[in-house]
Amino acid sequence: MNAINFFFGVYPYIALSVFVIGSWIRYDNEQYTWKTDSSQLLSKSNMWIASNLFHVGILSIFAGHFAGLVLPHALWIGLGVTDLQHQWIAIVAGSVFGTMCLIGGAILWLRRMFNPRVRAAGRRMDAFILSWLLLTLVAGLSTLPVSIGHANHGDPGVMLALSGWVQSVLTFQPKPELLAAVEPVFRFHMVLGMTVFLMFPFTRLVHILTAPLSYVGRAYQIVRSKRRLKAPASA
Amino acid sequence: MKIRAQFAMVFNLDKCIGCHTCSVTCKNVWSNRKGIEYAWFNNVESKPGVGYPKNWENQEKWKGGWEKVNGKLELKAGGKLKKIVQIFANPNMPEIDDYYEPFTYDYARLHNAPLSEAAPTARPVSQITGEKMDKITWGPNWEDDLAGEFAARAQDPNFANMQKEMYKQFENTFHLYLPRICNHCINPACVASCPSGAMYKREEDGIVLADQDRCRGWRMCISGCPYKKVFFNWESSKAEKCIGCYPRVESGLPTVCSESCVGRIRYNGIILYDADKLLDAASTDNEQDLYKAHLDLFVDPYDPAIIAQALKDGVPQSWIDAAQKSPIYKMAVEWKIAFPLHPEFRTLPMIWYVPPLSPVQSQIDQKKLPTEADGVIPKAEAMRLPVQYLANLLTAGKTEYITSALNRLLAMRSYMRSVNVEGKPDLAPLNRAGITEQNAKDMYRYLAIANYEDRFVVPTAHEEIRLDDYHGFQGQNGFTFGADNSKGYGTFALFPERRTESAEPREPAPLASPRD
Repeated sequence: MNAINFFFGVYPYIALSVFVIGSWIRYDNEQYTWKTDSSQLLSKSNMWIASNLFHVGILSIFAGHFAGLVLPHALWIGLGVTDLQHQWIAIVAGSVFGTMCLIGGAILWLRRMFNPRVRAAGRRMDAFILSWLLLTLVAGLSTLPVSIGHANHGDPGVMLALSGWVQSVLTFQPKPELLAAVEPVFRFHMVLGMTVFLMFPFTRLVHILTAPLSYVGRAYQIVRSKRRLKAPASA
Repeated sequence: MKIRAQFAMVFNLDKCIGCHTCSVTCKNVWSNRKGIEYAWFNNVESKPGVGYPKNWENQEKWKGGWEKVNGKLELKAGGKLKKIVQIFANPNMPEIDDYYEPFTYDYARLHNAPLSEAAPTARPVSQITGEKMDKITWGPNWEDDLAGEFAARAQDPNFANMQKEMYKQFENTFHLYLPRICNHCINPACVASCPSGAMYKREEDGIVLADQDRCRGWRMCISGCPYKKVFFNWESSKAEKCIGCYPRVESGLPTVCSESCVGRIRYNGIILYDADKLLDAASTDNEQDLYKAHLDLFVDPYDPAIIAQALKDGVPQSWIDAAQKSPIYKMAVEWKIAFPLHPEFRTLPMIWYVPPLSPVQSQIDQKKLPTEADGVIPKAEAMRLPVQYLANLLTAGKTEYITSALNRLLAMRSYMRSVNVEGKPDLAPLNRAGITEQNAKDMYRYLAIANYEDRFVVPTAHEEIRLDDYHGFQGQNGFTFGADNSKGYGTFALFPERRTESAEPREPAPLASPRD
């Protein structure tokens, strides 16, 4: 088995399995550790700009990857988006949100490494996973010139290969050979990205899975009762 | 109508001596852990002053509590969507320096220092970074006994509508202690602010708690509470707050701050209220009518119709008995001498305060101040503490209620003086203050004597309503490898710890000796 077969035929399944089962076990058994690990109390300056840039950027990037790579190719064609338009949308959205995420992430990284309070209170894993995300992001951003080059030549082939590979993995028919021809910088970014999934259950990233969207539809007040039966009619 | 029981307290500020015993006991019992060392579930502030955390009362700054928006009650920091948008960085979140940087001292240095001319000193050390601190510039009670200059103190928002400059002069200085804990509000803004649904109010006793397993650290409760009594544990990244000493209260004991109160200023008891009316009460248009609306929520525990409804709504008979003997009901409803702290925050707080008297005794002795006919007991308006200040603190600025309460407290003293000094009861002051002779005797008993069993009427919790499988439960919570309470969270667990509900009895067992 060569490296490409391992990293793009086997590794995705290791990463996804650990992601799903690890998160599930942690959710079941370690609720107390399931949290955002916010450090805003310790240092608030620049948090508004940095944290918003970082979070909006990274969530948009995730949504973009999902829309562009996971949703079926036929859907976009059906909507009248040509492959080249698709690629340009990806390039523009990726540059905008990638830059937002990079600026925000860089401020957060500096804060985590050099703010004495944040550094003292933080865990090693916090600094590590943030650095890893930024590295993945930088690798992702450095694929942009390559993509722009392809797009300028009217060649969406690499993009189609990437989405074809993602869908082959998700349908349990992995085709690592699709990636043999794409530039190494894509493959580098992808290995870093899959490793994020692998490490996910062991980091503070788990808080994404409990994003409190249900709050919007909830009543304001919550009353909990110990009572397991209805109150007796008369006592 | 839906009757609920609320565990409530009254603090009699007239007798608070600012000894901080409550704060210290509370800290030793509940918050002496890493990450929460800066948090004082109970603290005692010197007023006027900016308090702890700094300027907590200024809701233009912190956006805590509720407000009326287009006739509708809404969180002051904005509705649910706005909260979700602000979740990445809460703009209203206090920073640790708004409380103070927690510190200890390098005590070991006193033992380890090499021989030197000067005595060694124990320098302060930050409990966050572990680094030496040059200088401690703020603490949990930096303004104790009016420490610091007037300009800093004068930021106190309770000076609203007052000519505060005159209180700068030494002769006009006034001071009171304000012990503060979580108010266990009937309309809690922290619960409403919590995106993950971790904060909740208990149905049985109204104690507001933060579920440590459900809390994800979104930080909205911290800023949502207008009293700043939910704290962010920076070590665990979870919200922590006063738990109303529920393990004690469930066993029929007073809270540890109340039990240890040297001045015997704290009263614990049950009060019954109509939960169906709480939204209307909190939505009262005029801020100055909120106290009255809050008072109207409370129901008469002697009324047979109320008792029947309470039993129907699941309030146990022993709790109704306790509500009848409740010192809280007497002080808040019968005598109207206790008031909620900042009712204008619209959370319907349930720690109420008896406003302090502060007679200027030397001036009275020199006959320079107006007194009652006895020439000894001063009139309410002759107090050192401006009534407007107390009103800003307790009744959203409406002075009539405060004056009436102070007059009743004074009338009780005047009456007791006539009994004990003159030897013949003088009812005139009581009539002027609108209380009966029996009221005065009861007030004397509760406020001056303040016996333990009068101060604390705490019924035990009725754990049998849980209907857990006691025998199955027995022996399961002893030795554990940790995280025992989180095990098998939810019904769709990967490795469920227990069978679902199968061992639970579905019908309540008959009581051994049925109550009539």
